[in-house]
Amino acid sequence: MEKRLLMGNEAIAWGAVEAGVAVAAAYPGTPSSEVVETLAHLAPEYGFHAEWSVNEKVALEVASGAAYTGARALAAMKQVGLNVAADPLMSLAYIGIKGGLVLVVADDPGPHSSQTEQDTRKFAAFAKLPVFDPSSPQEAKEMVKAAFVLSEEFHLPVILRPTTRTAHMAQDVAMETANLPTRDYRFEKDPKWVIFPSLSYKKHILLNQAQKDLAEKFSHSPFNHLVLNPESSEGIVASGVSYNYVMEACETLSIHPSILKIGTPYPLPSQPVLDLFAHCARILVVEEQEPVVEDQLIQMAWKEEAKIEVSGKQDGRVPREGELNVDKVIAIIKAFLRQREPKDLAQPPHARVQSILGTMETTEAASAVEAAHEHSFELPPLPLRTPVLCAGCPHRASFYAFKEVGRRQDAVFTGDIGCYTLGTIPPLDMLDTCLCMGAGVTQAIGMSKVEPGRKHVAFIGDSTFFHSGIPGMINAVYNQADITIVILDNRTTAMTGHQPHPGLERTATGPNPKPIDIQGIVKACGVEFVREVDPYDLKAMKEAAREAMAYKGTAVVIAKRECVALVKPEVKYVVDPKTCTGCELCLKKLGCPAMAKDKTLVVIQDNCSGCGVCAQVCPQNAVREVSLR
Amino acid sequence: MKLDIVIAGVGGQGSVLASRVLAQAGMAAGWEVRTTETIGMAQREGSVVSHVRIGSQLYGALVPDQQADILFGLELAETARALMKLKPGGVIIANQGKVVPASVSLGLSVYAEEPIRESLCRTTKRVMLVDADALAMEAGSSKTVNVVLLGVLSALAGLPFRRDDLLQVILESVPKKAVAMNQEAFERGRKIGVTFHDRK
Ligand code: SF4
Ligand code: SF4
Repeated sequence: MEKRLLMGNEAIAWGAVEAGVAVAAAYPGTPSSEVVETLAHLAPEYGFHAEWSVNEKVALEVASGAAYTGARALAAMKQVGLNVAADPLMSLAYIGIKGGLVLVVADDPGPHSSQTEQDTRKFAAFAKLPVFDPSSPQEAKEMVKAAFVLSEEFHLPVILRPTTRTAHMAQDVAMETANLPTRDYRFEKDPKWVIFPSLSYKKHILLNQAQKDLAEKFSHSPFNHLVLNPESSEGIVASGVSYNYVMEACETLSIHPSILKIGTPYPLPSQPVLDLFAHCARILVVEEQEPVVEDQLIQMAWKEEAKIEVSGKQDGRVPREGELNVDKVIAIIKAFLRQREPKDLAQPPHARVQSILGTMETTEAASAVEAAHEHSFELPPLPLRTPVLCAGCPHRASFYAFKEVGRRQDAVFTGDIGCYTLGTIPPLDMLDTCLCMGAGVTQAIGMSKVEPGRKHVAFIGDSTFFHSGIPGMINAVYNQADITIVILDNRTTAMTGHQPHPGLERTATGPNPKPIDIQGIVKACGVEFVREVDPYDLKAMKEAAREAMAYKGTAVVIAKRECVALVKPEVKYVVDPKTCTGCELCLKKLGCPAMAKDKTLVVIQDNCSGCGVCAQVCPQNAVREVSLR
Repeated sequence: MKLDIVIAGVGGQGSVLASRVLAQAGMAAGWEVRTTETIGMAQREGSVVSHVRIGSQLYGALVPDQQADILFGLELAETARALMKLKPGGVIIANQGKVVPASVSLGLSVYAEEPIRESLCRTTKRVMLVDADALAMEAGSSKTVNVVLLGVLSALAGLPFRRDDLLQVILESVPKKAVAMNQEAFERGRKIGVTFHDRK
């Protein structure tokens, strides 16, 4: 069988193609973006529809519409995207679907690039929907296919939840034949698609019944497997990616407990857990984020009156925050094994969970790598390498202009989600808030209503504007908010890997003949003060900032300039050492990573993208343009 | 058999390509492979650590601390930052070139070049510090630093894949017009690698 090196998200996409997916929709978000990126790539060849939707709610609704007709459909998003899509999801669980509907939600324990560490398995349990938890790209691919089948059998959406370590892990993956979607899907009219309260009640009964059937079904799923060691009275249960860490840790420690691998954490499969109960006196549950498996297991033990000692998150053994890894799991297992010694067993268990402090101590103990350093090394201080806006990023110019103008006015700068969140980092020190998609505009409205004398400026990216900025802007106009909205229009969704959005000339799979004009939307929503400026032109940008902030009412400035990651520089800038006085104003004000100090002067390095902003900041006119042609 | 490699560098230096080609060379030799990256949220300029595992019976992609057989550094300070991954007696193959972050120019941190070098040399006897920036420029572009260092690596004895397979995968992964340049970069790296090997 052919094998390919595939990232988890690519494997998920291929799984969908092998399952004959007809519609795939997503809003990009790390670590989920590559699912639909890959599908968009494959869509023309395999004849299905793939799209970047404007937000996650839209993506899930688009996919569910297709599934109503009997087609197989997939929606993908990151965990916080599911918050946006929660509305359709909760109702879909009641109404159900016809064709298989798989919802891929990538979780980000750590977190590496998210606002929260929320656990989608818990969300699945809340929505009463089955969830798969893949431990590797290969398994993720098989799970997608199984999820489509399960979805059609139970007429329910099914969630596949990879974490960053599966979504972004690459592995040798076995490929199978792709299935082309058929074309004869048809939506059959039926009152069952209309969610009335009376119908909801009936559907809720069925949904609750399905929980038991799903748990029974999962008892025979190949994604859960139990390896019993009759010699050992200890067992370890691991969900998803944690299984890898447990296996490697046991190998390193040369121990052989019974091991139950869980691939379907909700609803927890009953049979393998009962089998484990029958063999073990002590069970350790290893999972990231919330105790989803652990809590169900404890419930089951209580119901069965099984005399089992369960260790995991509830007794503080396994940390609830951050990612696990082999080093942490080795420490956890060692501590778990140590605990069985009689003197430890005599200790009342509540001593370990008594206080938050106690839990924290155990958490820290678990996360500390066992300090068995066989070779020691001392590190000198290392340079700080915090992420920064790219050299020549247009956002830097926009921030600089507003900072210069707003400085004396004690203005508040609310922020949003995107590369521009990096505007908080010195020396720009811009953006006083960042909460969630779209909140920059709306929080500015709230502040302006109670701080009438102060100026509130909300920054929002172009993709975020389409995602959830427009309702906020309409709200500002309607409720007569005295705020300035700055749309940082860099013609892409930069942070997640440059996906297109409705303002651009392309879709996920081809040209977009009708790009939506942001300025047109702003005007149509009733904003009377609108300026579109090139942020590289600092003078014009400052002028627009000044006017907008002086304006009474909702003002919008569109800072339009392409992200530098998308363009090839035609010029670069150099500092003339004869004119430069070494004041370092350019460096200290902009913090462009292309600028460095060379003894007393400032020099510009190779990564200069030729934006020319520093040349406008230099009071001596010492920065000159040179052509690269 | 299990070979664990940790690749440390700065965004934009091609560490992802390096991890992918190593994995593909491993696959070509019939092994299981795993790779993963830890990338911050920035598009460029941030620290990037990639993990590559080649062998049989593999589980996760993350290389545990003190487990890497090879620490492969594209940038000096980033190599030091990943030092806790190196196995006692492991090999360091690293670029002695620096990418100085903006925080240093702004006076928020320091780049202590000599102490960093010393810390690398103190950790293991098997250190190959290479002026990969210069070799890459000689080959035709600073973008080939990763390939120069892959060339250095290819001179190690006992790798689980063939040197030619590695080179071929590299050449298949780069744009057509950059093939000759990358081949040149690889060979230059390999020559240096051989001299280290002889010294041992
Ligand atoms: S022109 Fe100046 S500000 Fe712009 S990228 Fe080059 S060094 Fe940075
Ligand atoms: S990728 Fe684009 S938007 Fe993001 S920091 Fe770089 S230039 Fe700015």
